[in-house]
Amino acid sequence: MIKSLKAREHHFSATEKQLHVLNGGAFEEGTLNSFQTHLQEINQWPLKPNDLEVFQVNVGYMCNQVCKHCHVDAGPDRKEIMTKATMQECIEVIASNNIHTLDLTGGAPEMNPNFRWFVESAVAAGVKEVIVRSNLTIILANPKYHDLPEFFAKNRVRVASSLPYYQRGKTDRQRGDGVFDKSIKALQMLNKVGYANPETGLFLDLVYNPSGAFLPGDQDQLQMEFKSALKEDFDIEFNNLFAITNLPISRFLDYLVASENYEDYMEKLVGAFNPLAVDGLMCKNTVSIDWKGYMYDCDFNQMLEMKTAGEGSQHISEFNLEALKKRNILVNNHCFGCAAGAGSSCQGTVA
Amino acid sequence: MSSKSYYDPEDLKNFGKITEWNKNLGDKFFDWYGDVFKPGALTAREKSLIALAVSHAVQCPYCIDAYTVDTLEKGCNEEEMMEAVHVASAIRGGATLVHGTQMMKKAKKLSM
Repeated sequence: MIKSLKAREHHFSATEKQLHVLNGGAFEEGTLNSFQTHLQEINQWPLKPNDLEVFQVNVGYMCNQVCKHCHVDAGPDRKEIMTKATMQECIEVIASNNIHTLDLTGGAPEMNPNFRWFVESAVAAGVKEVIVRSNLTIILANPKYHDLPEFFAKNRVRVASSLPYYQRGKTDRQRGDGVFDKSIKALQMLNKVGYANPETGLFLDLVYNPSGAFLPGDQDQLQMEFKSALKEDFDIEFNNLFAITNLPISRFLDYLVASENYEDYMEKLVGAFNPLAVDGLMCKNTVSIDWKGYMYDCDFNQMLEMKTAGEGSQHISEFNLEALKKRNILVNNHCFGCAAGAGSSCQGTVA
Repeated sequence: MSSKSYYDPEDLKNFGKITEWNKNLGDKFFDWYGDVFKPGALTAREKSLIALAVSHAVQCPYCIDAYTVDTLEKGCNEEEMMEAVHVASAIRGGATLVHGTQMMKKAKKLSM
């Protein structure tokens, strides 16, 4: 199993090195216009938020997998974990500000020792929707996780699972040997407790992202193929497929640079800039929280350490909805990934 | 603007500029091309695999480049892509070989 960039002391573990690459090359030479310039040209600069609907909490960077494209640089060697006290602060903020969705991510969020307490407390506090972004294999990683499907169902958690392909080869090359078989078993376990069954209303969504330096195709077409193949081969049902573009940061940026795909990939993203996708960017209705309680416009900005520009509202302890509403969303050239083609967000396409 | 190679990957990016020297015909080509690849009786995915196969048959490096990306984006896997190329190769090979019947017929006619 490969190690995280951080454990390898890779130069991209320093976010300023990533930003240097993202602002250099064709952007520095002026052959490509920056994301900010693109927003200015369509009168969307500065980028402003809409109503806050999603509170995306990253409960820690620890993960049982080390995926090659991971924008979090997660892995078993990452020890950053959100404390119960910070979770409590999150729940209070969500409840008192009537925020619709609590979206849990990581790492593998289930590995946080207080994960279940967090979910149960959020449900008890009246949060309308709890999403967990599960890598699936965690369910089979250790006997203590085997009952996660029952736990999710009991708390009516919406499960969003990563599955880059409906066959073994591509999936394992991206996510590690054996990941496909375990993912299939975990999906069957989720189906067994009622997920993706219209009678239960329990939602199981799949997250597709390209296994390489190319963009996702048509989301509806991909969903149709995934549904047909998974049903036929493994008798698996799911609700929606979210097609997500890989953003050029962290381990995916390292892959792009090392494989000499970076320049072409950025050119492709910039060429596919879709002004219609800008209105649906997830940073407009989402705030991302890191394990220490700091806030960001999205999980990608979190990984680039670009904290929200909300005056007096950068940490959960000083949460101020009005200040956040007035903020300017921070952008850089990685944002082209969310505005390319049909757009990309944690809920799939946006345009 | 000199190039040491007949084929330059950068040229593919300028394909759209062929309209600069004949807008009427260029626009017609691109409109037609766009419609050809829209989902119809065949899916966009099936059309992309056909295009990949034909790209090999006509040995166009620009097309191979473009439709390798396009088939990947449409969710095709390596097995499907290589099978498409074998179909193109089989037709090319078969097209040569089938002429052997003409050779045989002629040779038989000429031989005692």
